[in-house]
Amino acid sequence: MVSILGILTMQTTLSPESGVRPKNTLPEKNTVTLTINGSVHQLELAPWTTLLDALREYLHLTGTKKGCDHGQCGACTVLVDGKRINSCLTLAVMKQDTEILTIEGLAGENGLHPLQTAFIEHDAYQCGYCTPGQICSAVGMINEGHAKTTDDIRELMSGNICRCGAYPHIVDAIEEVMQLDSNA
Amino acid sequence: MTNFSYFRPGDLNSAIGDLITHEGAKFIAGGTNLLDLMKENVERPARLVDINQLSFNSIEETEGGGLRLGALMTNADTAYHENVQNRYPLLSHAILAGASAQLRNMATNGGNLFQRTRCYYFYDLATPCNKREPGSGCGAIRGFNRIHAILGTSDQKPETACIATHPSDMCVALAALDAVVRVTGLAGERTIPFADFHRLPGDEPWRDNTINPGELVTAIDLPAKGFPQYYAYIKLRDRASYAFALVSVAVALEIENNRITDARIALGGVAHKPWRKPDAEAMLIGQAVSVADFQSVAEALTEGAKGYGHNTFKIELAKRAIVRALQQAAKLEPTP
Ligand SMILES: Cc1cc2nc3c(=O)[nH]c(=O)nc-3n(C[C@H](O)[C@H](O)[C@H](O)COP(=O)(O)OP(=O)(O)OC[C@H]3O[C@@H](n4cnc5c(N)ncnc54)[C@H](O)[C@@H]3O)c2cc1C
Ligand code: SF4
Ligand code: FES
Ligand code: FES
Repeated sequence: MVSILGILTMQTTLSPESGVRPKNTLPEKNTVTLTINGSVHQLELAPWTTLLDALREYLHLTGTKKGCDHGQCGACTVLVDGKRINSCLTLAVMKQDTEILTIEGLAGENGLHPLQTAFIEHDAYQCGYCTPGQICSAVGMINEGHAKTTDDIRELMSGNICRCGAYPHIVDAIEEVMQLDSNA
Repeated sequence: MTNFSYFRPGDLNSAIGDLITHEGAKFIAGGTNLLDLMKENVERPARLVDINQLSFNSIEETEGGGLRLGALMTNADTAYHENVQNRYPLLSHAILAGASAQLRNMATNGGNLFQRTRCYYFYDLATPCNKREPGSGCGAIRGFNRIHAILGTSDQKPETACIATHPSDMCVALAALDAVVRVTGLAGERTIPFADFHRLPGDEPWRDNTINPGELVTAIDLPAKGFPQYYAYIKLRDRASYAFALVSVAVALEIENNRITDARIALGGVAHKPWRKPDAEAMLIGQAVSVADFQSVAEALTEGAKGYGHNTFKIELAKRAIVRALQQAAKLEPTP
């Protein structure tokens, strides 16, 4: 999270070449309304707050991870209106009229989501840092309905990097939930 | 990221009006390129005009029998659209070869055209870069330039040198398909043939394209001819997925009675814009399908190619990729 102090230092150290910015530039925060895991939250946020930072720093939903903050790893994957996206590359203020689902919202009254169970059963992680992103991404992939084969799963899950290299078990876990025959 | 104000207009006129009345304002669509560059302080807009409320998010038939792709439609929805998959499979394949499923769910068709180079020096504020800071020099030309351009570069004068590539996959297919970009600005609407949308660095490497300030892309028109039968998109990169192209090739052919009646070849990853050479393509017209011809075309297409050290391998790689893509498109080689 960028503190007020952080903002001030950033401003003074940046080259003034951008005379385009008005002098008094600490913009007012906006009230941002987000619907997350079925509940509505109102937050006072500066416009540059990413959805990822809003989740982690303001709502303390720290299940969603920040790996790279640049769209390069998938750790921050959440579902917006059922579609998986990188929450680090969108602004909270841009996602106000949407339904956001994070890893915290996957388990239902009857316990864990089948993918969560399958990840545990297949030992589909080592450190676990990429896991929330992997699971949200797999939920999104299954919703999208384009994966038909093991190779499709590998390709369509390529936006989630696992530095521990748990890929084979991740694919096994997803295949089980999709009821693909892994020997086919 | 520097601070900025945010505005979400409800219609086209207020979007354009707001952008031109606020100095330093920029449109934001999917945000996947702009926010990335803002986090690096490469882009420092004073205001973001969020265009996602505008209604350019559909795919429609055009009068000429083609398709109009809305600028705000996502790359994923475009690539998986039935009409695109059936009538323009080349475009569908090229889009799906790019980025990741998550990014394609966010990236818009309009934003994809404007994505900036992935040149490392462009991203690194500590190094000179004519694209980022006009006249400061080019860090790549004598630096680490493995991903850089081999065709159409600007390398004569230090203050205008640039060997950056345009990183898009989608644009390579759009170039091959002779797409047309529709833009609206204060002066009204105009159309830009795809070949004229992006530019070579020339004397102004800081300009990626020919759009005027305040103009908004509303749609991309695909002509009726979609080459659904004979096409190929080959993308060569350092890992099998989720990586930018070192070299990519889009081929679209029309073949009747084993004779080629139309041929389009566009290269990605080798120049500041998708690379086409109509006279090289013309060498194939009227000819029977033959690998020897494909090799001559590959030579012609890459004529004048120049390496800068780390990227010199791209010259031979591009030639081989062109031949292989032509073979695949002509069904001489099974498509993987
Ligand atoms: C990790 C990573 C990997 C990637 N890999 C690939 C890849 O392999 N292949 C590939 O092709 N791409 C790749 N991309 C790039 C991605 O495709 C682009 O970032 C995306 O297409 C940009 O679209 P957007 O809607 O998010 O644009 P934004 O980021 O919202 O906007 C980009 C620019 O376009 C301008 N703009 C947007 N829409 C309009 C409009 N309608 N009219 C006028 N101006 C507009 C904005 O002002 C901004 O300057 C990758 C990106 C990332 C982060
Ligand atoms: S190649 Fe172009 S973008 Fe890269 S450092 Fe040189 S001038 Fe900048
Ligand atoms: S944190 Fe968003 S993709 Fe890495
Ligand atoms: S389990 Fe450690 S990064 Fe995937």
